[in-house]
Amino acid sequence: MQITVNGENREYSTGTSLSELLKSIDIDERYVAVELNRKIVPRTQFSEKLLAENDTLEIVTFVGGG
Amino acid sequence: MTDTVLKLGKYEFNSRLFVGTGKYETLDLMKEALEASGSEVITVAVRRASVGCKPGESLLDYIDQEKYTILPNTAGCYSADEAVRTARLAREMGISDLIKLEVLGDKDTLLPDPVDTLKATEILVKEGFTVLVYTSDDPIIAKRLEDAGATSVMPAGAPIGSGQGILNPNNIRIILETLSVPVIVDAGVGTASDVTAAMELGCVGVLLNTGIAGAKDPVQMARAMKLACESGRLAYLSGRIPKKLYANASSPLKDF
Repeated sequence: MQITVNGENREYSTGTSLSELLKSIDIDERYVAVELNRKIVPRTQFSEKLLAENDTLEIVTFVGGG
Repeated sequence: MTDTVLKLGKYEFNSRLFVGTGKYETLDLMKEALEASGSEVITVAVRRASVGCKPGESLLDYIDQEKYTILPNTAGCYSADEAVRTARLAREMGISDLIKLEVLGDKDTLLPDPVDTLKATEILVKEGFTVLVYTSDDPIIAKRLEDAGATSVMPAGAPIGSGQGILNPNNIRIILETLSVPVIVDAGVGTASDVTAAMELGCVGVLLNTGIAGAKDPVQMARAMKLACESGRLAYLSGRIPKKLYANASSPLKDF
């Protein structure tokens, strides 16, 4: 299935959880906040949240800023 | 001197200098400059995570959260909707409900959009955020932001990153007279005397980034800013002499 991750299309197998997706792209979940189709997913739900075809994920973190 | 602690909502700080984490050549240099500044509050931005965001490589690995309070910003947002979305994501990082609200109106001046800044303040206050809001030095909008429930109103001394200092001290003075929430000068500071000037006016703090990060020696400048902030605060608390047109001799008048 197609998932858009931070604006980039990626292919995943059906039933992939948000946790698994983050692991696959080397992102430590303690360092990010995630929106699934513009709705925030609490970190406690990352492992149970299963992704579906055409989902859009926005994964953000803190960077240097003033 | 005994100074009171700075209270911002439920948060308390001893240092009155707030510094950013942007524009440093390396994270090690940033860490050293933060240390030298003596700051307890440091700002960060919210951006897309890049693939491979591993422990040891993240900004958060360089910030001791026992020592510093992280103040996320909504920099780069040009509408209330975008800023509110960014603030919610920042809170979801699970660190605090503090937000430095910044809603910009224009890419060249980086001046705030007053209408959307007010709109976003109202929404975020309702959602329970501790809102520290960046604004221009206009006393009227500053008052409206206080009325909307901002914990601190933060007028710019000059445009962001411009290093021009406090361009209109009279407006800052009017803001200080009109508002009862803590007023922090945010943006425009170029050098130590700018920080002192803001503190002498009676601002409770100064927030800056480029003035330190862009200096030739950021670590030394961080220390200069720290001392300047303390100097300005001390002078403010000590009560300066009034300015007079004519001289007033310091030595006793000659009596022979």
